[in-house]
Amino acid sequence: MSLLDVRNLQTHFRTRGGVNRAVEGVSFHVDAGETLAIVGESGCGKSVTSMSIMRLLPENAARSAGEILLNGRNLLDLSEAQMRDVRGNEIGMIFQEPMTSLNPVLTVGAQVKETVALHQSIPSADVHDRALRMLELVGIPDAARRMTEYPHQLSGGMRQRIMIALALVCQPKLLIADEPTTALDVTIQAQILELLRDIQREQGTSIILITHDLGVVAEATDRTVVMYAGRKIEEAPTATLLAAPRHPYTQGLLAAVPRLGGDGSGRLAEIPGQVPDMRKPMTGCAFANRCAQATDFCRAHAPALERKAPGHIAACHLAEPEILA
Amino acid sequence: MTPLLSVRGLSKEYEVGRSLFGKTTKTVKAVQDVSFDIAKGETLSLVGESGCGKSTVGRAIAGLHAATVGEVLLDGRSIADTPSAGWHSRVQVVFQDPFSSLNPRMRVRDIIAEPLTNFGSTRAKTEARVKELIDLVRLPRDAGDRFPHEFSGGQRQRIGIARALAPKPELVICDEAVSALDVSVKAQIVNLLADLRAELGLALLFISHDLAIVDHITDRVAVMYLGRIVEIGTRDDLFGAPVHPYTRALLSAVPVVDPGQRRDRIVLQGELPSPLSPPSGCAFRTRCPLAEPGCAGNVPALTDVGPGRQVACPVVTRTTADVN
Amino acid sequence: MTLRNPPIAEALPPVFEERTPRTGLAALILGNLSTSIGLFVLFLLLLIAIFAPWLGTVDPLAIDPTLRTRPPSADHFFGTDKLGRDLWSRVLFGTRVSLIVGFAVAVAATLLGVLLGMVSGYVRVLDGLLMRAMDAVMSIPSILLAIALVALTRPSVLNVIIAITVAEIPRVARLVRSVVLSLRDLPYVEAGVVSGSSSAKILRRHILPNAIAPIIVQATYICASAMIIEATLSFIGAGTPASIPSWGNIMAEGKALWQVKPMIVLIPAAFLSVTVLAVNMVGDGLRDALDSRLVKDV
Repeated sequence: MSLLDVRNLQTHFRTRGGVNRAVEGVSFHVDAGETLAIVGESGCGKSVTSMSIMRLLPENAARSAGEILLNGRNLLDLSEAQMRDVRGNEIGMIFQEPMTSLNPVLTVGAQVKETVALHQSIPSADVHDRALRMLELVGIPDAARRMTEYPHQLSGGMRQRIMIALALVCQPKLLIADEPTTALDVTIQAQILELLRDIQREQGTSIILITHDLGVVAEATDRTVVMYAGRKIEEAPTATLLAAPRHPYTQGLLAAVPRLGGDGSGRLAEIPGQVPDMRKPMTGCAFANRCAQATDFCRAHAPALERKAPGHIAACHLAEPEILA
Repeated sequence: MTPLLSVRGLSKEYEVGRSLFGKTTKTVKAVQDVSFDIAKGETLSLVGESGCGKSTVGRAIAGLHAATVGEVLLDGRSIADTPSAGWHSRVQVVFQDPFSSLNPRMRVRDIIAEPLTNFGSTRAKTEARVKELIDLVRLPRDAGDRFPHEFSGGQRQRIGIARALAPKPELVICDEAVSALDVSVKAQIVNLLADLRAELGLALLFISHDLAIVDHITDRVAVMYLGRIVEIGTRDDLFGAPVHPYTRALLSAVPVVDPGQRRDRIVLQGELPSPLSPPSGCAFRTRCPLAEPGCAGNVPALTDVGPGRQVACPVVTRTTADVN
Repeated sequence: MTLRNPPIAEALPPVFEERTPRTGLAALILGNLSTSIGLFVLFLLLLIAIFAPWLGTVDPLAIDPTLRTRPPSADHFFGTDKLGRDLWSRVLFGTRVSLIVGFAVAVAATLLGVLLGMVSGYVRVLDGLLMRAMDAVMSIPSILLAIALVALTRPSVLNVIIAITVAEIPRVARLVRSVVLSLRDLPYVEAGVVSGSSSAKILRRHILPNAIAPIIVQATYICASAMIIEATLSFIGAGTPASIPSWGNIMAEGKALWQVKPMIVLIPAAFLSVTVLAVNMVGDGLRDALDSRLVKDV
């Protein structure tokens, strides 16, 4: 059984302009000890998916349907009190902007110690030691001194390490990292990705890494789910996906990624057009209006996910499945 | 031949922290002794991590703040002696954030027309020019009547580009102009900038932290670290054979998408030092794999290591000299 | 199309029941019940103020010694005061003073406060001087300041308006200054600088239109506050002259009979409370409506 099994998740928002179908029928699973990437551009529903798993969306404006099974238990059926227990104890989460997730008027040490005391039943005398060890685990140099400092005294990379430490305090089975390196500089990004890899290796934590950056996907993940307009459009082992993408959107996205070794001409492969408005009813394939190969059939009938090769599924009428032996 | 833009010994200090009686307690040296030229029609990129001062340089050239020390010259004439209309009809800016850089209460037509009316264009001429610009940046024809919030990020950045191009500038400063955009849209805007540059003979100052994008659009590159240029050279030279240890680390940290093309990575240890209390001598020595005790002494000066190529690292320049 | 039959995705059911969202003015008003009640009450009061002479009123100053302190009757809906003046007429005509003072002060204090606030927020060399002056004014309670200012002149509605305006200006100026400070570093303001716009044009085109929402909300609160200060000044005899009926001076004249005829005080007091409440409800509604429009839909 998978650690996390998301089945046919729908998350809709009530907005002024109508109902926004931000996530529309997304299914995926995360196995123990693996890193799953959810990749897509802004508005594709990747962050809403993670917020839905954590049940962190405003209840009056957002509603989810489907199943989110964590060890077989549907998170959507839990009470808020039970859910509070799940957050932190079973699923840890780190966000893009570490500054806004930390309390500016408490020292770093106080915040880590508070989380330790809250989630672990250890004698209060040991709380400080445990907190210190957590900070050392996430590679914070001179951790004892850092514990007496306030979040604003730390750099972005350090703050993200603190966030990771906080998320890992209870040794959750699953860590959701939503754009954890987007706000960081490249040299720091490399450090944080390395840290996540180390933690996974040492603690066997499963990670869902949500990102728009295919470079990060390539560096740090085992399997990748590509989302577009609230739908999962392709899923494959990361290496396969990057080497031989089957969906035209994934292909376009990969081609559009600027790589070192350009020719200075400025030409990049682009995907024309814009993401569709998710508040309007959609017929046919969500990508059809930007797809160079789209046919009338594509515009009329939405493609379902189909196995195109072993372990490789995609939602595109035009991608022929390999003949499977 | 005088270059189009010359920056000479530019430094910018900010006062931070005031005591109760209004005395400045600390100054941050955001930019120190930066000099470079941009020729007509040439693209120079300023790269570096956040806080390295690259945007501060751009803002000084854009006339958004005055340099503490040093000069910014356009065709040999200093920005200090040029009225705003004279400077800004030749130097324009495309801003980073496509959302906050457009006044939400103005129609697109009025946004694009603002520099035109300020620089004395007649009403009929302005109207014609706005139409021309909307076509030039490939916005839909009816875009002029609409408000910014009706457009997506990429479309809004096109509006910002149209506004910058309105007075027919010779130099456009792109301050992280594509950083906030999604990959597929980023490519659209980079392509648009490249096309416009070729079509209009623009010089670009391209400020970015994204080396891969820079590699696609630039002629020359200047790498900044903690307020100083540490390496400058042509794109081919600098990306092909980086000399300064920071440039090397920066290049190796760029994530690689294509499987099987992983490079050996130099993961820099440690954090960017605070600009409030930079290390003595070479600012990079605290993270530098090649640091020697001598690096703590003087601030290394940029030295020529080839035609149009300068590096501020005595350690590497000495070893290359030894080889020669 | 290819020869194979590709699988087609089924449409999923809606999670929310679909509902046509209200838009425009209707949404603004219907979306907030208290705003519409407030607006309705204010509209009613405006009608009363305009049509006071035709609403069964007599001369509010006409004294009739034979009809002193009468209880409500068909001839005198609210009864009469100690000089035999018709209370209904006096209260209705008093509506005019309250509305005129509230509105005039709101407009005058807002206009002057916006001017001072914008200059202070954008021209930094004047900031220290202007804001210290505002602090000095604010350090005196506005009611005391108004009393002092009216005491320097002779009581008249115009002088009351001027006095309250002076006392209220700093509140607008401080608010506008802080809004200007938060807007002036936004990229679109910088884009205005790069586009060659003068400071005056930047303030007019880029800063003022984007600061207008909090200013309007503040203006409604000032309107309410001005009505209360006017009533207070009149109550203590430092405001509207006795020759013009206002809720404040009606209450003042009724206070001697408070123990026996509380109605003479309670009726104008009720009018004042309802009016101030209505203005505040409109202000709160506007604040919510203008705020939420700035919040982007998810």
